[in-house]
Amino acid sequence: MTVRTRRAVFLLAAAVLAAVLAWAFGGLPHFGASRPSSGLTLNQLAVPQRHITDVVTAVNFDYRGFDTLGEEFIFFAAVLGTALILRPKLAERPGHVADYATGRAVPPTSDAVRVIGLGLTPPTVVFGLYVIAHGHLTPGGGFQGGVVVATAVLLIYLAGEFEDLHGLYTEVALERAEAIGAAGYVGVGLLGLAAGGVFLQNVLPLGQTGSVFSAGVVPLINLSVGLEITAGLVLLLTNFLHQVIVLRPGARSAPTALPPRV
Amino acid sequence: MSALEITILLFVGAGGTCVVATRDPLRQAMVASLFGILLGILFFVLQAPDVALSEIVVGAVALPLMILLSLAKIRGGPR
Repeated sequence: MTVRTRRAVFLLAAAVLAAVLAWAFGGLPHFGASRPSSGLTLNQLAVPQRHITDVVTAVNFDYRGFDTLGEEFIFFAAVLGTALILRPKLAERPGHVADYATGRAVPPTSDAVRVIGLGLTPPTVVFGLYVIAHGHLTPGGGFQGGVVVATAVLLIYLAGEFEDLHGLYTEVALERAEAIGAAGYVGVGLLGLAAGGVFLQNVLPLGQTGSVFSAGVVPLINLSVGLEITAGLVLLLTNFLHQVIVLRPGARSAPTALPPRV
Repeated sequence: MSALEITILLFVGAGGTCVVATRDPLRQAMVASLFGILLGILFFVLQAPDVALSEIVVGAVALPLMILLSLAKIRGGPR
């Protein structure tokens, strides 16, 4: 196919696509004019029915809680798959633990980065826990809060050294925490069955609307999702950092003591 | 559509184009991170703070971080 025919085919296809798109956009309701009835209904029902003030959380963890369970296991499988791919290969050896940059020496961590990183770490953890605990009241929840808590680990690495993470956790503990988080969601769902209802049915008192201890089992689900996401993401991060900082392809000289795998 | 919504939509359009136009993966990771923040602001302006939070933590932090670490691994350490 010559350049000319190719360009002609492209121009024809682009013109047809543009025409069809213009036609489709013309038929759309005006911006913000369409208010789906399901959304309006849920806005009215979530507070009286579930005592949940964040309707998105009410939808995610209650009205369609089973779908979210599936999504949670997508994350679980993704972390598992990545950890499997990132396992040390036979040709890789733990080398000298150091940051490395192509074609230049890595500058030492500046005092500013150290101070800001260390200063931000505690508020980050607290904020992440807050987002997890208040998922049923304000925007956020286990997923968003979990990622925020996991960011703290990155801050510690940025402010210090990779070795600083060694005493903090072990990979086995992370794997267990992730599994417990994933199983916790299923466990809360089974509570509904055990109480004679259906899967994921609420079994706890709804409490006072607006209180942290309200909305029945939804905060428990948020907590288990938060645990799973935090552990999963830290596991992912640790695996990546281990690949980048510790493992070297066929290390020239075998190190006398193997640096422990965090 | 308010002026604020139009402005941020234009920014998102420009940001997305910048991500595609940046060819070096290292720079692209940083541009994609900024694009994640822009998308987060868009969702916030459109009154979807839950999605905005998810977008910021994943699009602006987690995804660029994974790309950067993968690049660091691919480009290799000391032999």
